[in-house]
Amino acid sequence: MADLNINIGKLSLRNPVLTASGTFGYGLEYADFIDLSKLGGMVVKGTTLHPREGNDYPRMAETPSGMLNAVGLQNKGAEWFTNVIYPTVKDLNTNIIVNVSGSTIEDYAACAEQMDTLNKVPAIELNISCPNVKQGGMAFGTNCKSAAEVVKAVRKIYHKTLIVKLSPNVTDITEIARTVEAEGADAVSLINTLLGMAIDAEKRKPVLSTLTGGLSGPCIKPVALRMVYQTYRAVKIPIIGMGGICNWKDAIEFILAGATAVQIGTYNFIDPAVSIKVVDGINAYLDRHGFQSVKELVGGLECG
Amino acid sequence: MKKYLADWTVKENIPLRPNYCLIKLSPDGEIPEMMPGQFVQIKIDNSPSTFLRRPISIHFVDRRENEIWLLVQLLGEGTRQLAQIKPGDQLNLLYPLGNGFSLPENKNALGFSVAKSPENKPERLLIGGGVGIAPLLFLGFELSLSGCKPTFLLGAKRKDDLLQMAEFEKYGKVFTTTEDGSYGEKGFVTQHSILKSTRYDFIYTCGPKPMMQAVAEYAYKNAIPCEVSLENTMACGIGACLCCVEKTKKGNICVCTEGPVFNSNQLTWLI
Repeated sequence: MADLNINIGKLSLRNPVLTASGTFGYGLEYADFIDLSKLGGMVVKGTTLHPREGNDYPRMAETPSGMLNAVGLQNKGAEWFTNVIYPTVKDLNTNIIVNVSGSTIEDYAACAEQMDTLNKVPAIELNISCPNVKQGGMAFGTNCKSAAEVVKAVRKIYHKTLIVKLSPNVTDITEIARTVEAEGADAVSLINTLLGMAIDAEKRKPVLSTLTGGLSGPCIKPVALRMVYQTYRAVKIPIIGMGGICNWKDAIEFILAGATAVQIGTYNFIDPAVSIKVVDGINAYLDRHGFQSVKELVGGLECG
Repeated sequence: MKKYLADWTVKENIPLRPNYCLIKLSPDGEIPEMMPGQFVQIKIDNSPSTFLRRPISIHFVDRRENEIWLLVQLLGEGTRQLAQIKPGDQLNLLYPLGNGFSLPENKNALGFSVAKSPENKPERLLIGGGVGIAPLLFLGFELSLSGCKPTFLLGAKRKDDLLQMAEFEKYGKVFTTTEDGSYGEKGFVTQHSILKSTRYDFIYTCGPKPMMQAVAEYAYKNAIPCEVSLENTMACGIGACLCCVEKTKKGNICVCTEGPVFNSNQLTWLI
């Protein structure tokens, strides 16, 4: 049995497998299918300072090897998370990471400040990459100046591990990664969804109420791998890789490209037990190839 | 209610004209508790364009044979793939999902007191359209066990689309409409003469949205409690992704967990 422990900032994880925000609810939705305490961590649903109703239905379109979503950060707000959800998840014996989003820098900071007070939330993932909201979200993550401003504001008041989730909808993701590293991010997670669109030919109408949405699933894996590979060469902070991971092999590919940990997102919908299978598969791979620790594999791609 | 994830074995796959199939499946052990109106999510393999599971409502639970029945309309690649499966094949199921229809003894029912009809059996009308008839067979069966008298009003485009008639007749009276008049009364279910001649105590409906809206309007005008079963497109089926939401008087809520069954007055339909 290889050592699966890894560290992200001050955070210590029993293995490098987390579940991705927006695909895993608050974890409890999956408690009938897996032992949540076997996960490295869970990044729970995107949370904003104030409640949000999200976008109108239809919010989802199935696409070849993936799906588009335009949920639009529907959530009941930081206060509700603190009072209603937190007491039910705080003793699950896994790392609970809250994905924090907002429309303004002040909202991001206030939401992060509230999360800072929760003992059993050892980290937040700052979402500057949601493509489905009119204000904020991806707008912050697609240029260096606004990315720097929001990370700086949050870093000032947030004392625990700060992960910044990056958007792939940029010309050069490494610029944004370097910028947030310089502002004190402890890690970056990438990629969020790719901006996409679905059209109903018969009705001659867009499928989503918002016209565009975020593409996820195995169809985006090659793009995600490339971006993790590039970012690994650009920053020193750890990378949490994601984008279309469906099995242990996909996860190993991300680790080889430079990810210290991985997140599993959309495939939770197809196999609610996939995350644990990935943990087991990584372990078997390490044993089979004679690695003592998963850390030895990070960025271990041999380019000849 | 606990949810499960397991492989089930296909016992039968019966093609039904013109483009439906009836699949009967058994689990390894015993079938857990399931409510009429609940659904399963089926993993579809070997279909590149089908990525997500397919939500299919539970048509019937046959406890004697330890089988559930699924009535599937072949609409796209995923359902066509399902039509190809053979006895002995395995299907991976996520179940039972959603809330289910209110039954008389159900303490979690929506709080409507059901008026008793003269012979002291509440008369409940189950209105289905197209493949939306699927959950009503299981519902009719459960209602008949709980001292209700189910009546079915089933509508379809034409005679060939009226499915499983003999099964429905086991549990109550069956009335039908077809749009082309090839069987039963001609027209839509909401035009059927039974709605003018008989007063029902409770209405359940499942089918195309315009049909359910017309049924909900009839129920509202006649002050009859009405439950509708929605089929918004969904991804996870367990309340995690928030893709399948319906706008209700309490805001956007998940059809897969807080539905698919709603009392029609919870919704914001203009009726």
